[in-house]
Amino acid sequence: MTEYVSIEGVARRYGPTTIFQDVWFGIARGEFVCLVGHSGCGKTTILNILAGLEAPDDGAVIVDGQAITGPSLDRAVVFQGHALMPWMTAAGNVAFAISCRHRDWSRAACDAAAREALKRVGLDHAADRKPAELSGGMKQRVGIARALAINPKMLLMDEPFSALDALTRGALQDEVARLVSETEQTGFMITHDVDEAILLADRILLMSNGPEARIAEVVLNTLPKPRTRANLHHMPGYHALRDHILDFLIARSRAFKADAPPADWSARAVPEVSPALSPPPLAAE
Amino acid sequence: MSASVPFWRSAGLSLLILSIFLGAWEIAVMPKAGGGGAALDPEYAALLGQAAAQGGTTPMPGPSAIGKRLLELLADPFYVRGPNDQGIGVQIAYSLLRVGAGFGLAAIVAIPLGFVIGMSPLLNAAFNPFIQVLRPVSPLAWMPLALYSIKDSAISAVFVIFICSIWPMLLNTAFGVASVRREWLNVARTLEAGRWRTAIRVILPAAAPTIVTGMRISIGIAWLVIVAAEMLVGGTGIGYWVWNQWNNLSIADIVIAILMIGLVGLALDRLLGLGARAVAWRE
Repeated sequence: MTEYVSIEGVARRYGPTTIFQDVWFGIARGEFVCLVGHSGCGKTTILNILAGLEAPDDGAVIVDGQAITGPSLDRAVVFQGHALMPWMTAAGNVAFAISCRHRDWSRAACDAAAREALKRVGLDHAADRKPAELSGGMKQRVGIARALAINPKMLLMDEPFSALDALTRGALQDEVARLVSETEQTGFMITHDVDEAILLADRILLMSNGPEARIAEVVLNTLPKPRTRANLHHMPGYHALRDHILDFLIARSRAFKADAPPADWSARAVPEVSPALSPPPLAAE
Repeated sequence: MSASVPFWRSAGLSLLILSIFLGAWEIAVMPKAGGGGAALDPEYAALLGQAAAQGGTTPMPGPSAIGKRLLELLADPFYVRGPNDQGIGVQIAYSLLRVGAGFGLAAIVAIPLGFVIGMSPLLNAAFNPFIQVLRPVSPLAWMPLALYSIKDSAISAVFVIFICSIWPMLLNTAFGVASVRREWLNVARTLEAGRWRTAIRVILPAAAPTIVTGMRISIGIAWLVIVAAEMLVGGTGIGYWVWNQWNNLSIADIVIAILMIGLVGLALDRLLGLGARAVAWRE
């Protein structure tokens, strides 16, 4: 596997408190990775470090063989709260991103490309509206269009759908699944939603509770693609996969202690499991 | 009972209040019948004026007299008959010119400086003591210093306007820039927008409503201060004109000046109100 991004021994500390440390994982080109864990384990911080918005207290992020020093157009971020500029129209927000990527493009060229990007997320009719005139789901679509419009090598998403109602969230999840598989977009997403992770991710990183959080386990998602919300729960192995992750979130995320990890655990080689292939026996706890 | 009162009702009530006020005023200043000026030497009266010759004071003019005077003044507002006799329009124009110059200079200094202060917590903390000490100083306290160092009364008045306009704009710009949403700055950073592009395309529009509010406060203060400043420096301007009419005991003209100052102040505020609407954004 050719790793595009490699997170190496990253840590975040606030004074004497270590939120997480010794976090190691890689993301291959074309791979979509989800990070799942409870609040307070530092998920957003890991994403910000990956984006280059924050510097880790320890360790480094290697992209294409080089340690990153700051944010880059190659790693586009879809923010949790859409983060659209309210004084620009939807097209204006996307065009602003495009004009940053293509400094030599004319205003008209940026605008045309912005409208094209909005069309890909089904928002061409709302291009001239201000964010205040858009629904929550539409705003987040614009945020996704803005991220994809700059053709990033990697898409970083920080709980992009958590503020949306269930129906809108489902529609957007399908749409992101489609966009990601169409373009073989490398992606990294933080989520609370187990089904969302199973729908989108090739690999799901399970993080133990903070402080002293670690990546406790890597779950390989072996369910066949394309996956949609409609067919997902009919796939063989889906329930085993889902139960495995839920079990982790409910019990094992708390039980995992970094100073006394399971015998087969090591920070650099976190155990990988494929619950969808070989369902573990019930009552494994 | 708050929001939707029909306009004609509030306007009608306003008119009613105005007419009661003016009516009461008119009645209150009506000349008392039977003022005993019978045994007055007509030559003495011609010399001093009727009222003075009778030993009375200048009567307070009623609204009708003021209205008549207002029409006179507005019939030819822009005449110039020597340095001490110029139309009210000319005086207001002088005042507006001074306010415009002082306010404009203050904006040129305060907005970029506020921008820099707002973007840097270090500069913010470093400038803060100076701003806090200088801001509460009455702008007129600067007048002697300005007259001494500039040696020109007209420019000194502009300087006083400059110094009183600068603080609200400076503080509001710095505050607006400092409180730009972190997530918008992060968007700009992930897009590698660069300092200049971030400042112009993100920070400026984000802070614009706060900046314009500062400008609006500034122009209000400047218009308050110009009257006092012109009373001090003299020569031209609506403030000078008021003082001149006081020396002439033209009470009607003073009342008219008050009305004019109010109306021009209102117009200035509305002008910046339009500016505020142009840059407003809503989430």
